[in-house]
Amino acid sequence: MAETLLFNALREAIDEEMGRDETVFVLGEDVGHYGGSYKVTKDLYDKYGELRVLDTPIAENSFTGMAVGAAMTGLRPIIEGMNMGFLLLAFNQIANNAGMLRYTSGGNFKIPMVIRGPGGVGRQLGAEHSQRLEAYFQAVPGLKIVACSTPYNAKGLLKSAIRDNNPVLFFEHVLLYNLKEDLPNHEYLVPLDKAEIVRSGKDVTILTYSRMRHHVTQAVKGLEKNGFDPEVIDLISLKPIDFETIGVSIRKTHRVIIVEECMKTGGIGAEIVASINDRFFDELDAPVVRLSSQDIPTPYNGKLESLTIVQPKQIEAAVEAMVGLKV
Amino acid sequence: MVQERTLPQFQASPAQLSSEAGLTLYEDMILGRFFEDKCAEMYYRGKMFGFVHLYNGQEAVSTGVIKSLRADDYVCSTYRDHVHALSAGVPAQNVMAELFGKETGCSRGRGGSMHLFSQEHNLLGGFAFIGEGIPVALGAAFQSRYRKDALGDASADQVTACFFGDGTTNNGQFFECLNMAALWKLPILFVVENNKWAIGMAHERATSQPEIYKKASVFGMPGVEVDGMDVMAVRSVAQEAVARARAGEGPTLLECLTYRFRGHSLADPDELRSKAEKEEWLARDPIKRFEAYLLEHNLADEGTLKAIRDRIQTHIDDALTFAEGSPEPKPDDLYKYIFADD
Repeated sequence: MAETLLFNALREAIDEEMGRDETVFVLGEDVGHYGGSYKVTKDLYDKYGELRVLDTPIAENSFTGMAVGAAMTGLRPIIEGMNMGFLLLAFNQIANNAGMLRYTSGGNFKIPMVIRGPGGVGRQLGAEHSQRLEAYFQAVPGLKIVACSTPYNAKGLLKSAIRDNNPVLFFEHVLLYNLKEDLPNHEYLVPLDKAEIVRSGKDVTILTYSRMRHHVTQAVKGLEKNGFDPEVIDLISLKPIDFETIGVSIRKTHRVIIVEECMKTGGIGAEIVASINDRFFDELDAPVVRLSSQDIPTPYNGKLESLTIVQPKQIEAAVEAMVGLKV
Repeated sequence: MVQERTLPQFQASPAQLSSEAGLTLYEDMILGRFFEDKCAEMYYRGKMFGFVHLYNGQEAVSTGVIKSLRADDYVCSTYRDHVHALSAGVPAQNVMAELFGKETGCSRGRGGSMHLFSQEHNLLGGFAFIGEGIPVALGAAFQSRYRKDALGDASADQVTACFFGDGTTNNGQFFECLNMAALWKLPILFVVENNKWAIGMAHERATSQPEIYKKASVFGMPGVEVDGMDVMAVRSVAQEAVARARAGEGPTLLECLTYRFRGHSLADPDELRSKAEKEEWLARDPIKRFEAYLLEHNLADEGTLKAIRDRIQTHIDDALTFAEGSPEPKPDDLYKYIFADD
């Protein structure tokens, strides 16, 4: 076991996969000489050379399309989005090409590529650098979307994403890069499509992902003291959603609270509520509750920013309100 | 009507072309022309649907460039992609079947006119939006260089030909990709089919510098202007650019001055182009011009050319029969091909 910071866990994943498969390469802004804006690719340039750790000009839609072309012709690119918000500039290449091309080509081509980088509300980074794009992309056919939340799952998921034969959007959170965890010394993979049961419980199912997992964990400490027993599930895969795991939990708790950092309107939670109604309506003892970010551009001011995202106290209150509502 | 640019002169000597090579070029251009004529017929008879963009008039570009490539080189096209696919070797019956939405189509009926693909023939698409194919083509070219220089595979000298129109050269992806191709010396040909019109937007009204080939110079890249109605001229500059790309000397921008003999798509009423302009360009029909060249230099006789036309016409008719008789995709396969390994 070795204590590893999350950004280094990602770096280990990339290093191991590049060592294992010579068609794997990294491209993006400042991934080479600079080592990545969060040092996820630090020193890999020295080890693998400048074609395998390719510093690109600031041209997001073109280097993303270039990765699609490289993937179609047999390479396995990993794009680092310096900030995932920049990927709005590459939306066409991600949606029309990475997402849809396998289908429109009738299966002629596969597109094994990973697009990874930091998203989420950080510390007063302003609206454009604080975006949660997962909901924007969830409607695009052909994409897999994953959000990591711990050093352990970050490493295992990124390795699986690199080996997957489809385009994977891999969301990291700007405030989680310095999380520490003891990681196994042996190689391991974490499946892309399985939710993780963070805490087993019987009162209520809390569905969450990315940084909000940690807000939930914090809330659970207070809830435990007050005698509540919530089940916490980290979705991990935002597309497809692991409704098998969710279903097992709902059949046990009959109550669901979703805690997410994306905006409420058209969010990941909105999709989950609709699908839970489709699949498990008869199992529910209460309407599903969504705790989401406010539908506003993330303000710079620190107080306003903290009001924009869900805080642990709100999660505690929501659980108490729902579980207190005995039927 | 805007003053026409003076087309660059090309001095072809007969020694540059064998009879066999000449007939190959001729046959490919006839294939493109007859195929598109059949598409128009089928569209107007209500048998073909969607947006259909025909290539009539521009055949010298597809033939001149793609017939200068090897079979293992890559071709990347636009929404006007039928003839590029044919030149790249995708069988006419599979292109026609795609336009009929059939399972035997080159994209198994899922793509349609603007999304032709063939991994077997290294046809990377078929891209329906302006400019989006350029980065994809760049990726294929990067892949060749990666295999050669990062993985040490000496046989990885494949070249990519990337086609797009004059309208695309005002799009950011054009400039971004020219920059990266020159920066990394990628083996790629940027082939501009300047047919003067982006639907109804005249090229001169859309760009501050209408001479597109000059835009290569700021990237330190060779830019060549060529008469796109002359297959020999296109072939000559393409061969040079391919040789340079294959030798690791980097990209070339080819501006082929050409014209589409039909509207932007079959849905375009084509009201803005003047009769005089159309007539001026129709007189430069690349097929008639190449026929005259072949006959004048005794590379073929009229009987040989007619035999080719007859054979291609039969080939197109057979392709149509194949397409019409092919099965549609199965409803059960609606979700097939969304993900690999499904």
